[in-house]
Amino acid sequence: MSVASTLLAVEGLTKSYGGIHAVRGVSFSLRSGEILALIGPNGAGKSTCFDMLNGQNRPDSGHVRLLGEETTGKKPREIWRLGVGRTFQITATFATMTVRENVQVALVSHGRQLFNLWSSAPNYDRSEAGRLLELVGMGGYADRPCGELAYGDLKRLELAVALANQPKLLLMDEPTAGMAPRERVELMRLTAQIAREKSIGVLFTEHDMDVVFEHADRIIVLNRGTLIAEGSPAEVRSNPQVQAVYLGEGLLYEAGHREGASA
Amino acid sequence: MAFYVVQFLTGLASAASLFLVASGLSIIFGVTRIVNFAHGAFYMIGAYIAFTLTERLSGALGFWGAIVLAALAVALIGVLVEMVLLRRIYHAPELFQLLATFGLTLMVEDLVVLIWGPDDLVGRRAPGFKGAVDFFGQNIPSYDLFLIVLGPVVLGILWLLFQRTRWGVLVRAATQDRDMVAALGVNQKWLFTSVFAVGVFLAALGGALQIPRDAVHHAMDLRIIVEVFVVVVIGGLGSIVGAFVAAVLVSELNAFGILIFPKISIILVFLVMAVVLIVRPWGLFGKPEAPARKTPGLAVNPWRPLTSNERLASLAALVIAAMLPLFAGNYALTVGSEIAIFVIFAVSLHFLMAVGGLASFGHAAYFGLGAYGVAFLAKMAGLPMIVCLLLGPLLGCMGAAVFGFFAVQLSGVYFAMLTLAFAQIVWSIAFQWVSVTGGDNGILSIWPEIWAASPSHFYWLALGVAALVTIALRAMVFSPFGYALRATRDSLLRSEAIGINAKRIQWTAFVIAGTTAGIGGALFAYLKGSVFPDNLGISLSVDALVMVLLGGVETVSGAVIGAIVYKALNIWLVSQTDLSKLVLGGFIVLIVVVFPKGIVGVLEMLAQRRRKSSPPGSPLIAKPIESAE
Repeated sequence: MSVASTLLAVEGLTKSYGGIHAVRGVSFSLRSGEILALIGPNGAGKSTCFDMLNGQNRPDSGHVRLLGEETTGKKPREIWRLGVGRTFQITATFATMTVRENVQVALVSHGRQLFNLWSSAPNYDRSEAGRLLELVGMGGYADRPCGELAYGDLKRLELAVALANQPKLLLMDEPTAGMAPRERVELMRLTAQIAREKSIGVLFTEHDMDVVFEHADRIIVLNRGTLIAEGSPAEVRSNPQVQAVYLGEGLLYEAGHREGASA
Repeated sequence: MAFYVVQFLTGLASAASLFLVASGLSIIFGVTRIVNFAHGAFYMIGAYIAFTLTERLSGALGFWGAIVLAALAVALIGVLVEMVLLRRIYHAPELFQLLATFGLTLMVEDLVVLIWGPDDLVGRRAPGFKGAVDFFGQNIPSYDLFLIVLGPVVLGILWLLFQRTRWGVLVRAATQDRDMVAALGVNQKWLFTSVFAVGVFLAALGGALQIPRDAVHHAMDLRIIVEVFVVVVIGGLGSIVGAFVAAVLVSELNAFGILIFPKISIILVFLVMAVVLIVRPWGLFGKPEAPARKTPGLAVNPWRPLTSNERLASLAALVIAAMLPLFAGNYALTVGSEIAIFVIFAVSLHFLMAVGGLASFGHAAYFGLGAYGVAFLAKMAGLPMIVCLLLGPLLGCMGAAVFGFFAVQLSGVYFAMLTLAFAQIVWSIAFQWVSVTGGDNGILSIWPEIWAASPSHFYWLALGVAALVTIALRAMVFSPFGYALRATRDSLLRSEAIGINAKRIQWTAFVIAGTTAGIGGALFAYLKGSVFPDNLGISLSVDALVMVLLGGVETVSGAVIGAIVYKALNIWLVSQTDLSKLVLGGFIVLIVVVFPKGIVGVLEMLAQRRRKSSPPGSPLIAKPIESAE
């Protein structure tokens, strides 16, 4: 893989809490337009790893580079400015504002107009806000108070907000958690479509293996803080170590969650 | 040396009552999440009832029995208050609970005067502790020694209560996560009531135990409540040990502050509190507050700019207000000016509180700084009025810039407490720095120039500025900055994730609000012709809060209506009845219980209900559909 096409490069990321090594020497990379899933059983270090990428947590050692630029130790808002959009495991939106206003705030921030005291915000880049909402299928909800939305719609709104700064990379922490099965497929299909069209790199963590195997171009597997496997869905599926991890520790959990889905 | 030891012991003795009251407040907050402003009132009632009972019951048993009986009686009153009032508002926003308990405090202040009269009452000495103990030539009242022992004893009893009883376990569990406790099938109603009763009992006991040391008077509630807030914040909300340590710390600071730094003795405590909050925002023994669960079903109507009809209506209201001098006398015009000035004040706090989600408990500081700014410029520099009016508010601006920088590092209750501390610091400076501020005597004869001297002219000036300020702040709500500010209020996590520097946005809002309050203060100085420390005192800060909450926090125009109603009612009541506080307090309590969304909130709700029942095609329903297409 050439350096030019590498969007995100992670090298030797390490973090421990007290004596517990949450993440140990994790390295991987991500190309533009690629959809990469980060999976692993509970407690594998996915969230810790994720938080170190988005600036919420500082690694003990190791590096994160976005398009060659060091982002290790930068604040979330600085990382966002470099072109990283985010969605959260539990949606974080502005509940007392309308759906359109939610997107407009992100556009205001992207346009560096945060300290503009005088112009009219309701008219701020209305067309772009509308376009983003159409893109995620929320065009009809623009004037609805965000606090009234169903959970699946909130997830789609988050996606629209995450796309407002024309990101090069999307970080999605369990994007389909808490959604109905049909909604999950729709959201991931939409995300994949947008990512390919705009050649955005997507890194997501996920518990639902159907979502992972169907939508990821590549999968990396964490267990107890270390990277144990990396490859295409087919490769990862047949990897004995991964099978051991999931069969040994996660089978019951998976069985409970998948409800008859084919393996 | 002996002198210092005695001073230290006096401090310890004062700490006992302070600890009792503070621990009560802390326990109540821990479980119910109510910052009980009425705690000082319960303390005061405790003292009054104890006074009456100790006068009636004779002998040692009578005295000590009276103290306990008084505390029990007040605890019973507390239970009544909890069941009748607080139970109705546990699910209201926390500021409303504060408002309701503040209303109670106002009522109690008048009731106490009504029952016991306005004079200070000096109680009996405690039997068995009437004398003094000689300590290397210095006298220590033996009652002080009793109090010094009592503090740790109460701490021990409370500790046993919380560690060794089932009730204590429930209280500790509820302090950590009350939803979980409810989910486990604990009857929350009675847990809350009993906790409130215990908290009030402790406050009343603290008050009752003060009577051998101090006269009982009808202003002791406000004095203690401020100190108790400080103690609880330094110690950490919800921590009993913290309350004890902080009570000792604060009392010793008071005892030695007067000796060592007589000039800044009052500030000292607040300085310590500010430092503690900045270094350990959750207090010495407190724990960082877990993020509160969002109340489900919290439906807020998103704000929208005024429609053209509403704009016309506002303009019409302004024109009518401007015509007041045509038919009103001088007194009414002066009242009108005062109301206009308080509209400015309320609108500025509303901007910070409702738009920014930052409830300042010390907003009067910036109002008062604006007033002092004018006073300095007019009296010392002798500048013309228009210059003073323009530059005076800059003092408020500077104060807000300095204090705001620290305050926005915190949020929620702790933000409120830190702003309160800062306001008290400013007040203390105004009060103690006599050579510059004139201290309690204030700065007098700041009169407007001829062009603004007549009541009608001054009224127009105040009204015009109020209108300008309101329009400007409203425009800001719907500016990109306003959106960003609302974003930081709704979700810090999401704001940060879309590149918003929340602290800087909030700081800017704080400075805007402080400057605007300063504009109100500047006009106020000219209206009254004088400036006093009270212009930045705690009761003025509370007035501002009440005005905003009364109008309705969730609405944009609420502050204006709230200010007009509250101020007009206040002035009218003072002229009509001696019991203005009682009526006003009752009114506030009623508003909170009946109209928890404030006056404007209720009007909007009614309007919406009417719209919903009217046939489709009414503009507000049609609009979302249009834009959805």
